[in-house]
This record gives sequence, C-alpha cells and structure tokens, in this order.
Amino acid sequence: MTTRARTQTTRARARTTPARARLAVTLKYASLAAGCLVAAVPLLVVFLASLKSEDELYGETPFAPPANWFNLDNYRTAFEEGQLVDAFVNTTIILVISLTGTVLIGSMAAYAVSRFDFRGRRLTMFLFLLAALVPGVTTQVATFQVVTGLGLFNTRWAAIALFTGTDIISIYIFLQFLRGIPRSVDEAAMLDGATHWKIYRTIILPLLKPAIVTVVIVKGVAVYNEFYIPFLYMPSRDLGVVSTSLFRFQGPTGTQWEVISAGIVITVIPTLIVFLALQRYIYNGFTRGATK
Amino acid sequence: MVRSRTGHPAPKVAEPAGAAVPAARHQRVRRPLAERARRRATPYLFIAAALVLLVVFTYVPVVSMFGYSLLDWDGLDPVSEFVGAGNYAELVTRPELFGVFTVSLYYFGGTVVQLAAALYFAAILSFKVRFRNFFKGVLFFPYLINGVAIGFIFLYVFKPDGVLDTLLGLLGVEDKPLWLGDRSVVNHSLTGVSIWRYFGLNLVLFLGAIQSIPAHLFEAAQMDGATRWQQFRHIIVPGIRPVIGLNLILGVSGALSVFEIPYIMTGGANGSATFVIQTVNTAFKYHKVGLASAMAVVLLALVLIVTWIQRRTIPDDTTELS
Repeated sequence: MTTRARTQTTRARARTTPARARLAVTLKYASLAAGCLVAAVPLLVVFLASLKSEDELYGETPFAPPANWFNLDNYRTAFEEGQLVDAFVNTTIILVISLTGTVLIGSMAAYAVSRFDFRGRRLTMFLFLLAALVPGVTTQVATFQVVTGLGLFNTRWAAIALFTGTDIISIYIFLQFLRGIPRSVDEAAMLDGATHWKIYRTIILPLLKPAIVTVVIVKGVAVYNEFYIPFLYMPSRDLGVVSTSLFRFQGPTGTQWEVISAGIVITVIPTLIVFLALQRYIYNGFTRGATK
Repeated sequence: MVRSRTGHPAPKVAEPAGAAVPAARHQRVRRPLAERARRRATPYLFIAAALVLLVVFTYVPVVSMFGYSLLDWDGLDPVSEFVGAGNYAELVTRPELFGVFTVSLYYFGGTVVQLAAALYFAAILSFKVRFRNFFKGVLFFPYLINGVAIGFIFLYVFKPDGVLDTLLGLLGVEDKPLWLGDRSVVNHSLTGVSIWRYFGLNLVLFLGAIQSIPAHLFEAAQMDGATRWQQFRHIIVPGIRPVIGLNLILGVSGALSVFEIPYIMTGGANGSATFVIQTVNTAFKYHKVGLASAMAVVLLALVLIVTWIQRRTIPDDTTELS
C-alpha cells in the first residue's frame, strides 16, 4: 500500500513539474557546455593564432578565423628556429629508455617483495613508502649535487636516471597487481624446474601486461610533460626536450605569438593523438595510478 | 609456498624419490650449499637495481640536504662554513622568505573551488547524459597537456587586449586589470590556470569513485522517489567522501609546493613567487645552497606532517557502502 502511495505521489510530482524538470535538463546541458567552453576556448584561440600571419594576429580579435586555414609558415618557423626536431628526438630517447627501465626495475622489485620473504623486506618496503612522500622538487637542491657528482650533468642520462630512479608509484602499481596473481601460477612453473629469473621473464612479466600499460601511460605523460628536471640538468640547447625547447620560444623569438602558438600546437598534438587513441586506458590508468 | 621453500633448507635426506619429485629437487639435494646461497641471493638480485636508485636519488639527497642546511655554502666552492641553525634562523626572521607561504593560500582556495566543480560535473556525468564521453573527454584533456604549453596558452589568454579582455569587452566590462602585472590580481589569475589544468584529474577520479558505488543503491532510491539532489546528497557524497577528503589533503601539500605554472608564466614576479620558486632561485640563481637546503627541509617537513595527518584521518579503505 505505502509503496504504491509513494509511487503515486512521485508520479504526481513528476507530472506537476514538467517545467521544472525541463529547466533542470537545460541547466545540466548549459553547465556542461559552459565547462567545455572554458576547457576548449584557450586551446582553440591558440590554434587559430598559429595559422595567422603577424599582421592578422595584431589587427583582429583573437576569435577571427585565419585568412588561410592552410598557412603553415609559423609551423615551419617553429620547427626550424625552435629546434623542435631535436626536441622530439631527445624526448623520445628519454621516454623509451626511462619507460623500459621503470617497467623492468619496478616489476622486478615488486616481484621480489611480493614473492619472497627475505631479511630486510619490511625495511625495504618502508623505505619505498617513505620515499613516495618526498616531493621531488624540494630535494633538487641536493639532488643537483648527486647528479653533478656522478658526472651526469648536461647529459640525457641525468633525466633518464632521475625519471627511472625516483619512480616509486610504479612499484606500487605492480605490487598491487601481483597480489592478484595467484602464487600457484609461479609455483607450478617452479616444480617444472624453472629458475626465478625464468619465471619472472616468461610468466610474471606477461601477466603484468595491464599494469605495464598503466605505468607506461601515467609515467609516459609525466615524462613528456616534465619541465624542471630537463630545464635544470640539461641546459645545453642541443639537449632540449619538448618542454624546454618550447620554454625557449619566449626568449629569442621575443613575443611572436603566432610562432609560439604553432609551437604550443606542435607540443599538444602528440598528446591529443595518444589521448584519442587510448582514451579508456588513460582514464583507467590515472584512476589506478592516482589512488595508490 | 615460496616462503617455506626458501626459508627451510632442502630436505636433509633425499626423500624416497617418488615419481612426483621433480628433477630440480634432485639437483638441490646434490648441491645444497651453492643452491641455498643462490636462493637466498635471488630476492636481493631482483630488488637491487630499484634499491640502489632509491638510495642514490632519494635518500642521499634528503640526508645531504639536512647536512647542507647547516652550512654557508654556494654549492661550487670546495670550502664551506658551518653555521649550525643559522640558516633556519635567517629563514624565520626574514619575513620575505617565509611570507611567500601566504601565496599558497590562493592555490588552496583554488583547490576547494576545483574539487567543488569536479564534484558537480562528476555527479552530472554519472547520471544519464547525452554525449557523455565527449563532455568527459573535453573536460579531462587539459590535465594531459604539457605544463609549458599551458603556461604559454594562458600568457596569450591573459595578455592585454588578448582573449580574456576581448571576451570581457563583449560582456560590456570596461575596466580590465593587468591579469599578470597587477600584484592584487596575479595570484588569482595563476590559481585559475592551476584549476584549469588539474580539474580534469579530479573529475575522472570522482567519476571512478561514483561508479564504484553499488548500482542497487541508486535503483532503490529511485524506486522510493528520491530526487537527483537527494541521491547526490545521500548516496554520492557519503559514498565518495574518503576520495574527496584525500584530494582535499593532497590539495594542501599541492598548494605548499606549487611551482611550475607561476615559474613558467611570471618567473615569480609581482608577488607571485611561491616557496618552491624561492627555494630554487636561492639555490641556483643566488647560489646560497645552505639557505635553500634549509628552506627545502622546512617544506619537506610540512609536506610530511600534512601526509601524516592524512594517514591518520582518512581510512585506507574507500568502501563504506556496499
């Protein structure tokens, strides 16, 4: 009885307030559209600016369309004057080596911690946990001395070593994932006489694939976007990565906004392509990567 | 289990070699010492690389930072002078060094706005919405963009007679401040950029948390005639409260260590310098490594305290419902 009464009142309420319901729907989509405009307009105006000539850029409002949608002069200038080819080469080298290193070193460490009981295991875990709390920028004052002491200053290895060596989150992602793989899997292999190295290589690593995808995405985005480490440790122009080379646009080119805009678009396009191609993995990756 | 297998030595006497005993066992029994040493070394070999890197690039810097903070040293000179707590005293007594922490308040305020907006949009997107993936994608994408690119995008947006001024002009606003040149405005502008950059991550985290709330709760609420607002208030908010709390506290340590956006956009000019910018400049521009280390130690201590509070107040498991 009561349930029916309640549904009736609900229906009655729904019937009496179609205007309110419509208003709510309108507000919902209006706010979503507003949010999307805030997110997209800054990107769109920069894209427009990158296609304009200098005269167009300073003569019209930022929202005016470019005279020629296929004017790629600014892109050519950006690539040539900004040494962006070098920048992408350097970024790719650093990305490939540090991602490979992070995945191998992180998964091996996680394998050791999750599958063995050894002296110092708890201490090691604690050290990793504590290190995860230390924000990277704060310690650069002293890290700088370590990097120069090792002779890595002004080499790509400075960035590679720091990206690979200070990544603790990936170990956690691997650890979490390894907990979900039953030990019976590796034990069966051990009974067949496989060594631990072989088990790691042929069983654990392939099973970790989803975790590897997560680490590669989260870490890859972080490395591609990192500014301060290459800025501090690789000041040489030839060692510019995407971030630092873009940063240098501010200096020599003055404020040629049309060229800077082209530089920005060149930087953002790879991110956009990766995002569109791997959307689902990216959402999952960041949800998983951020909560632990 | 691996544990017992490595923990105990191989059976002293070869077991009656039944058919089930594999070849590996025979070997182990034959060479017990070498085998045992190797087995014991195995986990260390697997973890060695990670541990060496951890010590070299995290613990050596942290420990030496404490040491440097007691010195008067330019970072290059082999000679340095021990000044004890002198750097810390200087830090506390020179208000221009410590005062920059007030800048963090802007960013923390920004975090609150950002979380509220993320919560609102996450709630909307968790109900039935057309073009859901499109909206989610557009709102999230800024988070993935390179920080330098974001800094430059907003330098363009904020420049006098630029995008923002033109938009405000369309709305009839006459007086437009210098968004990055006016001391009373600059931190608001930079906080806005920070919100624009990080909002998307909060949105996706909240959405993920809402989706892990069991669907039957919403179904039951709908059957009882609960409005969307009631569902938001009584199911969504309590359901993801730990995630909200966690992000709020992360916002505190984030606000304390703001660096990239102001460094790229203003270099810390016009009163927009944050504590990290100041630390970095003290070390690498003014070559006062001792003082900078003291500043870094203070910041590290603050961040650790905040994290400690977080661990104490927010339970680890995020599933109160279900």
